[in-house]
Amino acid sequence: MELKRTIKFEADRDPEFARWISHTVGGERIRHCLQCGLCSGKCPLSLYMDYTPRRLMHLSREGFKEEVLGSSSIWLCTACYACMVNCPKSINVTHLLYALKQRAIEEKRYPRGFAIPVMARQFSDMVRGSGRITESWLIVKVFLRTSIWRLMGMSGLGLKLLRTGRMPLMRDRIERRADVQKLLDSVAATRKELAI
Amino acid sequence: MKYAYYPGCSLRGTGRAYEESLLAVFRALDVEIEEIEDWNCCGATTYMSVDELTSYALAGRNLALAEQKHSEIIAPCAACYLVLNKTQHYIRDYPDIRTVVNRALDTIGLKYCDKVRVRHPLDVLLNDVKPETIAAKVKVPLNGLKIAPYYGCQIVRPYSTFDDQGNPTSMERLLEACGAKSVHYPLKTTCCGGSQKGTLPEVGLDLIHYLLSEAQRNGAEVITTVCPLCQFNLESFQKEAGDRHHPTTMPVLYFSQLLALALGAPADTIGLQRGFVPIKPVFANKEIAYA
Repeated sequence: MELKRTIKFEADRDPEFARWISHTVGGERIRHCLQCGLCSGKCPLSLYMDYTPRRLMHLSREGFKEEVLGSSSIWLCTACYACMVNCPKSINVTHLLYALKQRAIEEKRYPRGFAIPVMARQFSDMVRGSGRITESWLIVKVFLRTSIWRLMGMSGLGLKLLRTGRMPLMRDRIERRADVQKLLDSVAATRKELAI
Repeated sequence: MKYAYYPGCSLRGTGRAYEESLLAVFRALDVEIEEIEDWNCCGATTYMSVDELTSYALAGRNLALAEQKHSEIIAPCAACYLVLNKTQHYIRDYPDIRTVVNRALDTIGLKYCDKVRVRHPLDVLLNDVKPETIAAKVKVPLNGLKIAPYYGCQIVRPYSTFDDQGNPTSMERLLEACGAKSVHYPLKTTCCGGSQKGTLPEVGLDLIHYLLSEAQRNGAEVITTVCPLCQFNLESFQKEAGDRHHPTTMPVLYFSQLLALALGAPADTIGLQRGFVPIKPVFANKEIAYA
């Protein structure tokens, strides 16, 4: 029998994490959270979450980094903004969830072969290369890198899309692709310079 | 006035029927549009969730390009509409983001002056064209076709100001002007799961099923959507969701397909043949004599 302490101690907190989350762009109002729970009540995914949005708000502003970044909630959020528009203290809950997702990706806290970070990577590579997204190509690339079996399972859907003309085989590309690359490089440079 | 038109990537792929029918609606109602030249991907929810700063610059390029010629942009895709709006808000509110975007645009010879307004076709059709004008041009009345108006998330939340965030009604008002009838559909702004079907399938299928079964229970004959991803999810995974729960047969159309049909556009020019759940039996049942 493995026994674990079930009460959290103040000493478990990471003050740097608490400072970081309350200074993220759009997330400043996290300190005003009343813990009323409207966000969790309005969230269509909260019934699948280990920590609901209300609990995540409190845990993250207090600095319980391990619990927060290890939480399934970060990956369940679909950015539907129901939490945010219903928050009586106008806290940008969705944007805070985005910040947590970005941090979890940076620190590589996800299961091996997990589709969301792979999808994010493939998406940004395609934007950089073509300037636009060709959905069918994106999906194939993501599943090639995560689960070939699921890709095979989707061939029926692929055929239907092809038959109804909804899956172009040619990749959509813009003319001034070099402009998009310059744009992306400039963002990276300014981000470094301003440390944001 | 001519509007700038920003189709976005989905309308060139899975959402082709949305673009085909929307352009037919604009033609029938004399709404003049011009596609933004050489537009790029707005970054969508995927980019926004992992690299927000870069996505503001990507959206900024489209805004700056549109601004050169037009004062209003029409963005039909829910994700594009949200990202373009959010970018405008964040550029206004955060000087650091403004700096990043301005510098990036400067390297490619563009400038963004915050002089362009981002609008959704629902907003334009309801407030600029007006339902009365549409009603007067109806050639094929929809004969009381029962629709479940499904808005999804990103059109109404968090930035849109043209409709109520909890109980929007613009889609019903437009389609009722063509003779359709909307059913009670309290899940109209509940999330379909977005790309969840691809990443966490069980969860995605549950959400998809709730939306479909609610529409069926309330007597809808078709679900009408405004978002390419909602349309794709509800239609393509209907069988899978049915296998997991209980089966539904519910055609899922873009609101613009019904509008275009009512305005007299031939069925095969507005993407009706691209659907997976057949709609024509429903039209036959309602004696809708489409072109």
